[in-house]
Amino acid sequence: MEVGQLQRRFLEYTASLFNQGLLDGQFQQLQQLQDESNPDFVVEVVSLFFEDSEKLLHDLTIAIGQQTVDFKKVDAYVHQFKGSSSSIGAQRVRNACIAIRSFCEEQNVEACMRCLLQLKQEYSLVKDKLQDLFRLEQQIVEAGGAVPMLE
Amino acid sequence: MDVSASFSVSTDGNGSKQEPPHVLAVDDSLVDRKIVEKLLKTFSCKVTTAESGMRALEYLGLRDDQENTLSSNGSKVNMIITDYCMPGMTGYELLKKVKESSLFKEVPVVIMSSENIPTRINKCLEEGAEMFMLKPLKQSDMKKLRGQLLKC
Repeated sequence: MEVGQLQRRFLEYTASLFNQGLLDGQFQQLQQLQDESNPDFVVEVVSLFFEDSEKLLHDLTIAIGQQTVDFKKVDAYVHQFKGSSSSIGAQRVRNACIAIRSFCEEQNVEACMRCLLQLKQEYSLVKDKLQDLFRLEQQIVEAGGAVPMLE
Repeated sequence: MDVSASFSVSTDGNGSKQEPPHVLAVDDSLVDRKIVEKLLKTFSCKVTTAESGMRALEYLGLRDDQENTLSSNGSKVNMIITDYCMPGMTGYELLKKVKESSLFKEVPVVIMSSENIPTRINKCLEEGAEMFMLKPLKQSDMKKLRGQLLKC
């Protein structure tokens, strides 16, 4: 596929992620920070986010699965996850975190478990989409083109 | 602790217009540390990051068991920006320690938080924080900060 087509595809894909609410303006802030001195900035930050998230989801699953749930602990993990997802612009992941927090306050284990499932789904979805996006970027670069930015 | 900046060359007492401001950024989140570092560097700051209040104090030479002498690190810090919610020592507690120290009480401290809680904000401002910023940080926030940094 030639560069122009790849670039259009990339822009359309990016736009769809924003339209579906998967990403918000904070992701664009990260894209705008990327420059020649740090051409992989977004991929690097998002990779850190993936690592962080996987650990948090693991810890959350254990914490919510306990006989006696330590809601303070659960809330602390969710607060962290909410923060990092917000920092990279993963809007729906962040919203899923907010939902868990409210059920933590109510000490509602079942609702927390349901929300955790939702959180995992949202995370999985945005992870896949971002990886697709990065692959598209790579194709553009390999074809000798520049990665366009969505206005 | 990850130190991402080299030490600045010492200057004579009169401060340096040429030298970029040196900011100590404190946050327990690796993702946020990376972002705040890039934001600051984009606005021509030299950045040192610390993953906790304790590490920040260590860097400044302010930890309780360290000698209260001028550390070559801390003397070059022009601003401290710290997250509020951190395990162990909160950003507020770090702010207090900095403001209690004769060496660093003049260094502006900026507190960041993902939560917009007025009592929290007021508490920090009353304790001497220069500014309170809501996360996630944007380039426009850095612009504001940079304006602040140019004053000192």
